[in-house]
Amino acid sequence: MTSIRDRRVVVTGLGATTPVGGTVPETWEAILAGRSGARTMDFDWVSKYELPVTFAALIDTQPIDVLAKVETRRLDPSSQYALIAAREAWADAGAPEIDPERLGAAIGSGIGGVWTLLDQWDVLKEKGPRRVYPLAVPMLMPNGPAAAVSLDLGARAGAHTTVSACASGAESMGYAIDMIRTGRADIVVAGGTEAAVHPLPIAGFAAMQALSTRNDDPAAASRPYDTGRDGFVLGEGAAVIVLESEEHAKARGARIYAELASVGMSADAHHITAPEPNGSGASRAMLFAVERADLAPTDILHINAHATSTPVGDVAEYNAIKRAFGDHTENMSVTATKSMTGHLLGAAGALEAVITILSVHHRLVPATINLDDQDPEIPLNVVKGEHQKLPDGDIAALNNSFGFGGHNVALAVRSY
Amino acid sequence: MAQSEQEILDGLAEIVNEETGIDTASVEMDKSFTEDLDIDSLSMMTIVVNAEEKFGVRIPDSEVKNLKTVRDAVTFISGAQA
Repeated sequence: MTSIRDRRVVVTGLGATTPVGGTVPETWEAILAGRSGARTMDFDWVSKYELPVTFAALIDTQPIDVLAKVETRRLDPSSQYALIAAREAWADAGAPEIDPERLGAAIGSGIGGVWTLLDQWDVLKEKGPRRVYPLAVPMLMPNGPAAAVSLDLGARAGAHTTVSACASGAESMGYAIDMIRTGRADIVVAGGTEAAVHPLPIAGFAAMQALSTRNDDPAAASRPYDTGRDGFVLGEGAAVIVLESEEHAKARGARIYAELASVGMSADAHHITAPEPNGSGASRAMLFAVERADLAPTDILHINAHATSTPVGDVAEYNAIKRAFGDHTENMSVTATKSMTGHLLGAAGALEAVITILSVHHRLVPATINLDDQDPEIPLNVVKGEHQKLPDGDIAALNNSFGFGGHNVALAVRSY
Repeated sequence: MAQSEQEILDGLAEIVNEETGIDTASVEMDKSFTEDLDIDSLSMMTIVVNAEEKFGVRIPDSEVKNLKTVRDAVTFISGAQA
C-alpha cells in the first residue's frame, strides 16, 4: 500500500528572530533557560494613545543590526524579520546548490505590513499623496515577506503566502509539504512572520480583552494553564524552516533535524474568534496529522501546544487534546513556550514548529514558565520547573496552532 | 536659498545612498541613473520626492524622464532654486 509519506519531507535548516534571541541557537538557549521576552514598551505612542497594555514581547535583535540599511528602508518590518530568519535557515541548511525552479518559498503572516500601511496613511493625511512612498504598496502587501524571501534566495518554483491569523506560520508548513509531495519543488523555505507591535493592533486586541493587562509584571504576564492567566502577550518576529524532500537531502548529504511528517487542518465554522468549546475541530486536525504521519495516537509523546494564556482558549485546546487522545492524554508531555516568547501571531506556528523540531532532535522538552497554580480544568501533564527528556528510539510530537476565524493546524514531527 | 552645484550633488548623493545603498562617491555628474547606477523607476520616484523636500523645489512628473544623468538632475534643481 502506498502512503503519502512515500515522498518524505525532512527539516534541514532552521532560522528565527524572536523576542528571546536574534537566532535559533540564542532562542533555543533562552527557552531552555526559561527566560521571558516580555518587557515594558518605551515608545512615546504608548502614553500618547493611553494604551491599556504597556508591554509586549519585543524583538530581541533590531533588523538594522543584521540587514543592510537600504533593506530596512525598502522593506516593511514583517519582511525584514522574514528575510533575517530565511537567511539564517538557508545558511543552516548549508546554502544548498539547487535549480531555482525547484526551490519554493511559503511565508505566512497574520496581519501583513501594518506599520507601512498606517505610517503611509499618516503621510497621506499630513503631507499629501505625492509624499506617499512609491514602495508603500509592495511593503504593505501581505505577500511582501514571501516575495522578499523568494527574491533573496532566487526561489522560482513559487512564492506563496498563507494567511490564517495565528495559524498562518503553521499553515505555511502544510503548503510547503504539499509542494514537495506533489513534485513542484525539492526544497521549500517555509515560515511565518509578524511585526504588529503597533498601537492599532494593540488597541484592537485590548478592546476584545484578548491581551494580558499585567502591566506591572510583564515577564509574569504570559502564563498558559495558570489560574491567574488573563490574556496573551503580543510578540513579534519570524521563524523559517528549510523543508526538503528526503531524497534530495540525502543526495547532498545534508544534516537532517527531523521529519516533518504531516499537517492536519480543519475549520471550526463555529465563531469568528471563539474556539469551539468542545474542541471537535481542533481534535480533527490533530488526528488527521497523526494518521497522515502513519502514526497511532499513542505514538505521540509530546505536544507543543498553542496555549496562548487566554482563559477560554487554553481550556478549549485541552478539551480538543482530550477528545483526540483520550486516556493517552496524561502520557504526553505538554509545553506552552508562549509563556516565554509571547504570541507571535502569524509567526507563532512557525516558531513553535522550530521549537518542536528541536525538542524532537535534542529529545528535550522546554518547561512552561509562570505556571504557579495549574487550572484544575486543564489536567494536562505540563512540563514545568525543569525541561524534560524524551526517550531514545523513534519518537513523534505534535505542534498545534489555531487562528481567529476557526483555523486549526496540527503539525506532526517524527525523529529522524 | 540657492545652493552651489557641489552642494546639490552632495545632497543628491546622500538621497541616492539612503534609498539604494549606492556609495555616495559613485554618484558622479556624468553617471546615468539607469545605465550606470542601475536605479529603477520606483527608486527614481522616491529620489525625486526626497529631492523636492530636501531642496525645496518642485520636479514635475513630466520632467523626471528628462533627468537621465546626475548632472541633469543637479542642473534642474539648481535652476528651480534660482
